[in-house]
Amino acid sequence: MRKRISKLLVGALLATSLMGFAGCGNSDNAGKSEEDANAVATEETATSDDGADNADKKDLKVGAVMLGDENEGYTFAHIDGIKKAAESLGMSDDQIVWKYSVPETAAAYDAAADLVDAGCNLIVSNSYGHQSYMKQAAEEFPDVTFVAMTGDTANQDNLPNFKNAFTNIYESRYVSGVVAGVKIKELMDGGKLADNNKDADGKVKVGYVGAYPYAEVVSGYTAFFLGIQSIVPDVTMEVQYTNSWFDINAEGEAAKALMADGCVIIGQHADSTGAPSAVEEASKTGTLAFSVGYNVDMLSVAPDVALTSATNNWSVYYAYAFKCMMDGEDIATDWAKGYADDAVAITELGSACAEGTQEAVDSAVAGIKDGSVHVFDTSKFTVEGKKIDSYHIDLNGDFKCDDDNPDAEAVKDGYFHESELRAAPSFDLRIDGIKELN
Amino acid sequence: MDKNNVSINHVREPLFHIAKRDRIAKPKAYAIRTVAILLSLIVSAIVIVCITGLNPLDVYVSMFKGAFGSNRRIWITIRDTMVLLCISVALAPAFKMKFWNIGAEGQVLVGGIVTAGIMIYFGEALPTPLLLVIMLGSSIVVGAIWGLIPAVFKAYFNTNETLFTLMMNYVAIQFTSFFVAKWENPFGSNSVGIINSRTKSGWFPAIAGQQYLLNVIVVAIITIGIYFYMRKSKQGYEISVVGESENTAKYAGINVKWVIIRTMVISGALCGLAGFIAVSGVDHTISTGTAGGRGFTAIIVAWMSKFNAFVMLAVSFFLVFLDQGAKEIASNFNLNEYASEMVTGIILFFILGCEFFINYKIIKRREDK
Repeated sequence: MRKRISKLLVGALLATSLMGFAGCGNSDNAGKSEEDANAVATEETATSDDGADNADKKDLKVGAVMLGDENEGYTFAHIDGIKKAAESLGMSDDQIVWKYSVPETAAAYDAAADLVDAGCNLIVSNSYGHQSYMKQAAEEFPDVTFVAMTGDTANQDNLPNFKNAFTNIYESRYVSGVVAGVKIKELMDGGKLADNNKDADGKVKVGYVGAYPYAEVVSGYTAFFLGIQSIVPDVTMEVQYTNSWFDINAEGEAAKALMADGCVIIGQHADSTGAPSAVEEASKTGTLAFSVGYNVDMLSVAPDVALTSATNNWSVYYAYAFKCMMDGEDIATDWAKGYADDAVAITELGSACAEGTQEAVDSAVAGIKDGSVHVFDTSKFTVEGKKIDSYHIDLNGDFKCDDDNPDAEAVKDGYFHESELRAAPSFDLRIDGIKELN
Repeated sequence: MDKNNVSINHVREPLFHIAKRDRIAKPKAYAIRTVAILLSLIVSAIVIVCITGLNPLDVYVSMFKGAFGSNRRIWITIRDTMVLLCISVALAPAFKMKFWNIGAEGQVLVGGIVTAGIMIYFGEALPTPLLLVIMLGSSIVVGAIWGLIPAVFKAYFNTNETLFTLMMNYVAIQFTSFFVAKWENPFGSNSVGIINSRTKSGWFPAIAGQQYLLNVIVVAIITIGIYFYMRKSKQGYEISVVGESENTAKYAGINVKWVIIRTMVISGALCGLAGFIAVSGVDHTISTGTAGGRGFTAIIVAWMSKFNAFVMLAVSFFLVFLDQGAKEIASNFNLNEYASEMVTGIILFFILGCEFFINYKIIKRREDK
């Protein structure tokens, strides 16, 4: 990757004292020990044919295009999911070829094409920005199946070998909101909240560190907020965007700003440990705040303040996709599943959680599973003071509501049907009680 | 040591001392470099064994395969070499003149922005050959402007060009972010996506079935052109005189201001052209990562090559090879990328470090007393 070598070279440049300034240090999260260096070996030679049609158990070879490596939480969750799925299906290690740290550039296409050369017949990428490059490869190699995880265009691209998949992550965000709600209730009942923890109307302040102002993030924080409100109705939320999926410093700074404003819960939809670490640090100096993370258990960086994290169980999808390929069946073009299929979850509850949290979580999960709880129940929120009766989502990918398409109606039976019309989140209404700060 | 034996008028020589070499025979210089590369491979091998327990030979074979393992990989290596070489060649005249153009990154980006803009707005209306000519011309012009601005300030106000060109990078990056947001596709994705992915309008066409052959041809022309420009032309001579000493240049009747401006315009223009190649010939999109740090890498290439265009080819190729190899190691042995970067770093350290032994000699103390 170009960026890497340039870092090295800029370092060398400074060392040769060509000039006396400019700073470009190496990133500092290196050196996590290699736990299973021998777990995966790769086959260099392209042996299998590209016939996706008659692929059987032996012939399946998976190529994995990963945005980061196992040091990055989001990618770790995918690597873990792929490995678990492969194990459950009895696949051998050499049936998976990995490409780590693939940026969202033409390098993603290069990586995918290289995996085709290596004989892979199913290629998955894990980041949204890989999508257009995966599509480019799918057009060029019709015999190979490509899956752009978290992507959103497959249902209109009409390429039989190009797929998208997501999970109903909003369900687990709702449940993580329940965890936060129980905690807020405990703080309120114990009289722990100060005046600055409440707004002018006496509502308790919650903060949220978001990556980008997309539907994916909006859907997530709204679900989180509604989860909290299912326990304590009198809350208000502030959202601070970082404009990056992974930026430890920016996420930490955003969390600090929100805590300075009095937020007692810091939720997040960004991939680093920046926010929980900042909350942990602040709590040591007496700030009252707790963290709800994403992707991975945050207890290692924030043992005193991490309540839980909303997470995806990617192995459910990967096992499904691998199985389809082995059986010679077509993978669903646009796949999304939630608690009912164990595709989403929350991580282990932290010691900071209030009493009764587990019971509240169990009842929320049961409600979601049996259909008695709908996350985006239109009786539970308003937009500009009004209840929503109808909302056409964007199905054709122009990021505008498809008002003239009756199939795009997402509000039916009293709730917004998230991730049903298309896998990627589409709830982008800004509901009352939540304020985007930037 | 026996103090009684120390004589007053005998100053003890250190065990070694270092002296500048007047000149070094070419074979000797190459011998030093070869030894450095061998040493770096040995040291890397030790590090590989100690840290990962892998067989270093396997790792080296894997690196080689990463760059040359398949037809596609060979072409990717060539393609990336060409872009890096183009920027290096573009920087050479400026650095030869001792004008520290740290701004290649920005000059490449503005060339890329213009190229992408033309692909987006005229991709439907104009045929590809015409588009290519327009994009070539426009990227050269904006790159030249990006180089001209700091040059004028340097020539007339003696502004520090290092800081100035560096700052111009940030301006270019902000411009790029602005246009990425403006052209993002799909909307809200914060990326431009592949431009004209269906029509391939404005893309470098494949020549003789090779997608990247045109890149090679364009960069080869530029490289040969700059080689002769620097070596054989009067302007090239003026550049080296200004680089050696501005006062000498003035005394010889060279218009130093004009040489500075002219050279930076050329340097910026060629960087802009590199942006055109990167966007139209490689990425088919624009992002703040389009230059990808290669504007800085190219400085090393130009320096290590002592501004010889053909040595630059070898150095660019070597750096791209290391990069491709490092990626392959990471993928093949399930190492994280930092482990493979260490190998690259060690090799570079030795190669840069050996220049010391080419420029200086180490004299051992004579043992006659």
